Amino acid sequence: MTKINVKVDGVSYADEVEPRTLLVHYLREQLGKVGTVVGCDTSNCGACTVDLDGRSVKSCTVLAVQADGGEVTTIEGLAGPDGELDPVQQAFHENHALQCGFCTPGMIMAVRDLLRENPNPSEDEIREGIEGNLCRCTGYQNIVRAAQAAAGVKS
Amino acid sequence: MTAVDERPEAEIGKARRRKEDAHLITGRTRWTDNLSVPGMLHLAMLRSPMAHATITSIDPTDARSRPGVVAVFTGADFKDVQGNVPCAWPVTPDMVNPGAPSLAVDQVNFAGECVAVVVARSKAEAQDALEGIDIEYEPLPPVLDMDQAVKDGATLVHPNTESNRSYTWVFESGAAGTGAPIDDALRDAEVTVSRRFVQQRLIPAFMEPRAVMVEPSGEGVTVWSATQIPHILRVMLALTLGLPEHKVRVIAPDVGGGFGGKIPVTPEEIISVLVARRLNKPVKYTESRSESLMAAHHGRDQLQDITITATRDGTVTGLDVHLLADMGAYLRLVGPGVPILGAFMYNAIYKIPAYRFVCEGIFTTKTPTDAYRGAGRPEATFAIERIMDELAVELGMDPMELRRKNWIKHEEFPFTTVAGLTYDSGNYEAATDKALELIGWNDLRAEQQERRDSNDPVQLGLGISTFTEMCGLAPSRVLGSLSYGAGGWEHAAIRMLPTGKVEVVTGASPHGQGHETAFAQIVADKLGVAFEDVELIHGDTASSHKGLDTYGSRSLAVGGIAIVNAADKVIEKARKIAAHLLEANEADLEFSGGKFRVAGSPGSEVGIADAALAVFAAHNLPDGVEPSIDAEATYDPENFSFPHGTHLCAVEIDTETGMTKIRKYVCVDDVGTPINPLIIEGQVHGGLAQGIAQALFEEAVYDDAGNLTTGTFVDYTLPSAADLPSFTTERTETPSTTNPLGVKGVGEAGTIASTPAVVNAIVDALRPFGVNDIRMPATPERVWRAIHGGGKHRAAGGTTAYGGASTSTSDGDGGDLQ
Repeated sequence: MTKINVKVDGVSYADEVEPRTLLVHYLREQLGKVGTVVGCDTSNCGACTVDLDGRSVKSCTVLAVQADGGEVTTIEGLAGPDGELDPVQQAFHENHALQCGFCTPGMIMAVRDLLRENPNPSEDEIREGIEGNLCRCTGYQNIVRAAQAAAGVKS
Repeated sequence: MTAVDERPEAEIGKARRRKEDAHLITGRTRWTDNLSVPGMLHLAMLRSPMAHATITSIDPTDARSRPGVVAVFTGADFKDVQGNVPCAWPVTPDMVNPGAPSLAVDQVNFAGECVAVVVARSKAEAQDALEGIDIEYEPLPPVLDMDQAVKDGATLVHPNTESNRSYTWVFESGAAGTGAPIDDALRDAEVTVSRRFVQQRLIPAFMEPRAVMVEPSGEGVTVWSATQIPHILRVMLALTLGLPEHKVRVIAPDVGGGFGGKIPVTPEEIISVLVARRLNKPVKYTESRSESLMAAHHGRDQLQDITITATRDGTVTGLDVHLLADMGAYLRLVGPGVPILGAFMYNAIYKIPAYRFVCEGIFTTKTPTDAYRGAGRPEATFAIERIMDELAVELGMDPMELRRKNWIKHEEFPFTTVAGLTYDSGNYEAATDKALELIGWNDLRAEQQERRDSNDPVQLGLGISTFTEMCGLAPSRVLGSLSYGAGGWEHAAIRMLPTGKVEVVTGASPHGQGHETAFAQIVADKLGVAFEDVELIHGDTASSHKGLDTYGSRSLAVGGIAIVNAADKVIEKARKIAAHLLEANEADLEFSGGKFRVAGSPGSEVGIADAALAVFAAHNLPDGVEPSIDAEATYDPENFSFPHGTHLCAVEIDTETGMTKIRKYVCVDDVGTPINPLIIEGQVHGGLAQGIAQALFEEAVYDDAGNLTTGTFVDYTLPSAADLPSFTTERTETPSTTNPLGVKGVGEAGTIASTPAVVNAIVDALRPFGVNDIRMPATPERVWRAIHGGGKHRAAGGTTAYGGASTSTSDGDGGDLQ
């Protein structure tokens, strides 16, 4: 077991983990942060996307020990204490960018990262930017709209 | 009066943002894998690496001694109690069902079948211990190709059967009295076109992997499952395992997509119940994506031999359909019936005088098949819309003109088809005209000609799909005539709370559709209450005790009508209370906007919330009236609903690389009266993505040993955002005449319609190269080979999807376009 110190959604944790433990399993099983989900086992679907030190990562592709000393933000840490939604969360709701909602945590984290890097993306840039995240329900059209709407709010 | 009486505008038709979203966008979700109960253990499944083999020995001794392992069970431990994974649809009286053990006992029949289960303290410990199970197999030859499987002397998948044919289901219009004899049409045909189309095997690939948690309690169990069918699952667990039904509670918490993929009762659910009861401990099992792709059921996988006949002037005279439908290794819940649903749809929107449909259900040593979005109807729509294009070429007619000449005109509804269904309403002309205008059809045709004339390396193709489908499953009498094991009704209850709020209970079980929003809109309008004041209760057999769940685009067209009927009963019960309070005759009361008023006396009124409070207090009720205005209703639809539409696709094909790009996709769908346009649009978008994915991207491929070689998302290529265009989706509104809301289903329409539109567009682009078909998915390699192989190839020839064996084409040219 290896000792790690990690801050997740504003809370500091000091935990023992197996060296093989993936970040997503640490989040879900040790911290109970089950808002972040596992959709595949080959890092294709992106459902487990979180922020690690200000960059989006697929948390199934990062070991928990690699997050040692780092700061993680999950879907559960986006809304303000009074429940105020992040602009991307709000845009997903307004634009019907989710149906079953399973890909949504990862998709929202991916869109936030995209907009950080490119505050005014074109439709093609949005589609390329989120191609690491799979959605089976929406056909992506409303996710693209939501990203465009959120870009408008942020810019 | 209370505030709820002040609602100004209609909710039905409004693009309400969804009630469902709040917890989904903030990560406060209750996916089954997110749940736990005290003392819960974790399961891991050992799955067969062989497609077909006898099990000669299993020794779990080492696994049992691994850290954290509580128990290991094999088929031998449960063979006397596990029964068979249920199949509820014996489509013919002599259908062969060899049985389907949840845990294999003596033999495995597809790669991925469960052969042992490890129970451990943690999921990681359970998975680690799998390698401690020593199991030996004696390989049997795999059975992969349906043509080969039905030949004399073929290897049998199941030793207890006489052939690999489970059933042969036949419909013929002459014999059924719904049309002319097919033999006459075939004999007298001026023009005959035949094709073999391959409906490749697909995987539903819902985003949430299946998961099940079971808590035993005395004689019974509570089961949480990522299922579309909590109510049916409850009945089936009781019947399969001999559990008392009233001691079985099934909960479908948040469920992350289904698309038919979460319809069947699964071996994993049954194993989890068996283990929980054997150990008297709660257990949870969650599959990995790799397990899901190999062991959750697949869809499609049909070989379609289609013959269409016509007169020289383009009047279709007959349609002859012969299917081989791959059941895979076992018959799942509705698997045998899936291709049979297509029987009613091959004739589609056309007036075809003579029709025959023959379907053979075939066993192979592959993953079982069952419903996948559209379930039989996408296959039918693909075949008819593709063969109409081929017939148009044969006749030298414009493909749209051929369709116009043969489709049912709007003034001819209701129209009884050659398959025996009565379409209640539709307007194919209106949808088509609107779609042609939106896409700019004539300009695109002109551009296509220019590109052809200039030998442009990028060629343009235009594809049509004018479709209808039958959904809103289903009138119970029709299901009975098809030997289905249940009815097709739906249940609803409405509970009026003392403060004027409303609880609506539905037997439909959502997994992404938006029931909570759409049903609240309906109830708000019916009862005149605020949208926000309506709460939907669903997905738990303890609180929503009766239902037939969600599939077949049925929730609104059947479940929604049950809610309407329950609301009508609430109003009638409230009317008695209101009349009493107003000291008026019931017959003199009008109800609108949530208020009862005496006709002609605008001053005095009683709101429905006032009636709810009055029965709660029960101080002042008419004699003999029970203190309740709650009501329930069970609705059995009198007919299917028949959404339709025209889908048009323009593709650009780079003839040097074979790459296909969708330049424009326009669809005009008619789903009757819209309840929530936002949800409709979302359903169409998602449906289009899945139908287009069949045309361009997805295929479950097996190698010649029967191993799934597309067992991860690396190989089974769901489209990403970068692979799809933005769609133009519009609607026409021709209300259904068979239900009081005028609604038609929308969940499957996009998937059913879009696949042939794309493939027709590709073939249209490639006709100058002598190409008259292309295998799906039309990958760049297949397109490139089609272009460079020229007209002598038939794209259905040769396919790795059938174990590398060459599936012969009707003209036997042996072309190998993979």
